[in-house]
Amino acid sequence: MKHLLSTEDLSLANAIRILDTAEEMAAVGDREVKKLPALRGRTVVNLFFEDSTRTRISFEAAAKRLSADVINFAAKGSSVSKGESLKDTAQTLAAMGADAVVIRHWASGAPHRLAATDWIDAAVINAGDGTHEHPTQALLDAFTMRRHWARLSGGGSTGADLKGMRVAIAGDVLHSRVARSNVWLLRTLGAEVTLVAPPTLLPIGVEQWPCKVSYNMDETLSLGVDAVMMLRVQGERMNASFFPSTREYSRRWGFDDNRLRALDSLGLKDTIIMHPGPMNRGLEISAAAADSPRSTVLAQVRNGVSVRMAALYLLLSGDTREPAATTAARSTEETN
Amino acid sequence: MAENNGTYLIRGAAILGRDAEDLLIRDGVIAARGAGAATHEDAQGATVIEAAGLVALPGMVDVHTHLREPGREDAETVETGTRAAALGGFTAVHAMANSNPVADTAGVVEQVHSLGRAAGWVDVRPVGAVTVGLAGEQLAELGAMADSRAQVRMFSDDGICVHDPVLMRRALEYVKAFDGVVAQHAQEPRLTAGAQMNEGNVSAVLGLTGWPAVAEESIIARDVLLAQHVDSRLHVCHVSTAGSVEIIRWAKERGINVTAEVTPHHLLLTDDLVRSYNPVYKVNPPLRTDADVQALRAGLADGTIDVVGTDHAPHPSEHKECEWAQAAMGMTGLETALSVVQHAMIETGLMTWADFARVTSTAAARIGRLADQGRPLEAGEPANVILVDPAARWTVDPSTMATMGRNSPFAGLELPGKVVATFYKGHPTVLDGTLNTPYRESAASAAGAS
Repeated sequence: MKHLLSTEDLSLANAIRILDTAEEMAAVGDREVKKLPALRGRTVVNLFFEDSTRTRISFEAAAKRLSADVINFAAKGSSVSKGESLKDTAQTLAAMGADAVVIRHWASGAPHRLAATDWIDAAVINAGDGTHEHPTQALLDAFTMRRHWARLSGGGSTGADLKGMRVAIAGDVLHSRVARSNVWLLRTLGAEVTLVAPPTLLPIGVEQWPCKVSYNMDETLSLGVDAVMMLRVQGERMNASFFPSTREYSRRWGFDDNRLRALDSLGLKDTIIMHPGPMNRGLEISAAAADSPRSTVLAQVRNGVSVRMAALYLLLSGDTREPAATTAARSTEETN
Repeated sequence: MAENNGTYLIRGAAILGRDAEDLLIRDGVIAARGAGAATHEDAQGATVIEAAGLVALPGMVDVHTHLREPGREDAETVETGTRAAALGGFTAVHAMANSNPVADTAGVVEQVHSLGRAAGWVDVRPVGAVTVGLAGEQLAELGAMADSRAQVRMFSDDGICVHDPVLMRRALEYVKAFDGVVAQHAQEPRLTAGAQMNEGNVSAVLGLTGWPAVAEESIIARDVLLAQHVDSRLHVCHVSTAGSVEIIRWAKERGINVTAEVTPHHLLLTDDLVRSYNPVYKVNPPLRTDADVQALRAGLADGTIDVVGTDHAPHPSEHKECEWAQAAMGMTGLETALSVVQHAMIETGLMTWADFARVTSTAAARIGRLADQGRPLEAGEPANVILVDPAARWTVDPSTMATMGRNSPFAGLELPGKVVATFYKGHPTVLDGTLNTPYRESAASAAGAS
């Protein structure tokens, strides 16, 4: 693995490898000194063409815990006509000796361009590209789900997959890189995915994806589900006729208090509620759902650092070396 | 070459891919064809071109070329673009109107026309804009462009759809006054806002905004009905979907006066290539699916689609060496058109070389109303002739092309067929597969013409 660009082409072996390494990294986060010397002297550039404080600080924390030097490069508004081109930016970073580039870009495929061209030789990590993919988000989601799934089955997480787990992903699939990365990775890990969305927010061609599609949230819940992942509704969709109103969206597709109660009445006591954040409370998720014991929102954030440490470590230290934190103890359960 | 008074004896070329015959070219016309050509009195002192194994065809006519001049001389000039055209086997090109300034006045089309004459590689026929500044609001002075020295007959806002149905109706009606044709870029703008690639299975995975087939088909459906209603002549640029072929087939069955073109790249490439995110595959209309490619081939073979148009669209490298979303749309095509069409249509058994002559020359000249192009290879006809080696194989290398554009989607592909010679008005602009010299009007005819 030279780059981490998408989960679509991530093998099961590499996915498990990243998740297992993340378990080791999680142990570092539980120590008093949250730092490993693994990437000392290596330079990681966070190249962000789009604002995302959450993702950037998660990658920054991950790189710093591995003792890498971190450069944050906010390149908003870069284009051919105004400012510097992606090519020139990449060549500049190469000249500065970047070992890894963590790129967030509003344009789908921008990380692939960095990886496929000779503009820069560094490892490229996709930190979210347009409406294409967000592989580390899917990996941290899978990490969170795997811990939950392993706990239910009474086993350990390491080496495990998600065979048999039923996952519903609900909301704006059309514009969601999180949904795409999750569909591919969950397929690889053996989970059964159902997308729940208004037909306007599903891409043409979704019928070819390795998942089921439903227009009915209540029906999906009643069929039984082990994790419900709510996607953020972007503000710019609200006035573009994707749905009539936010209230109707919330009623039909949101995870509201009624649906929270329905999980109990359906006997789904172990079903978790996930959200990649930032949440629109009262729109796609109610405050009660977001704050309930079922919610894994904060665990997802915490696990994000571990997963990103694992990705940086594996890409920069080479595939053949064993993870560093081999002596770490298993971390505590994270279900809320 | 120049000392032989422009007399060429082509020996044993397969005319339209049929029997091997001789052709005698002298003073800009085909002086003789067949057994008598070699012994014809005008054959004295002729330069002999041994053409055994070569196919003789009428010079190709491109109904859709972007020469970029005036305004984007960093992308292409009339000189470089028409060199590319000659090398590709063309003797005439229609220069699209989206230059800067837009070719929406008699002055600009005459400028492009005279640049073409000065270059001398092919006949440059300017296309006039339908609306002022391609803005889609007000008709450009179509009559002034028609009456100008450029004698514009084809009008197009190519790149932008004339989407206002009233304006489209008026344009179709108005051009009847001078036997013009409106060449429509069929793209419903609201359905394609921000569109990046064909909408379908691949766009769903890549997260690129989709460009639905219906955005093309709905405009074509509307326009053929408008053309029927006002009894005018419609040409549909770069048809790219199976549904569009069906609509045009239906319209022709009803006797509607519509013609259509397909690009070489839409006859060969599909949207699977976009998975690379390499903007060399970004084009308008977008690459579609394999089912569309097959329908386009069938439509071209059965005459539903009348012509091949290259939509040659050179861009400076910085407009392609970037993110997909920021890249310019367009591909070069003049120097690969013949080979791609041979590969996609002839080597698949769908067409003969005679069919090739129809879709690349005869029908194209008729659409553009070019009297001296696309003519039969017979005695007395203008000597716009090309010789093609159908057995040649070559690997596309954009860096060696005459066009300034390096954005060929066929780079690295091995393709069949090579243009060996191009005769434009009886003058060899291309000989032995390389550029020769441009055609120069004699002092007398130049003075008379301008």
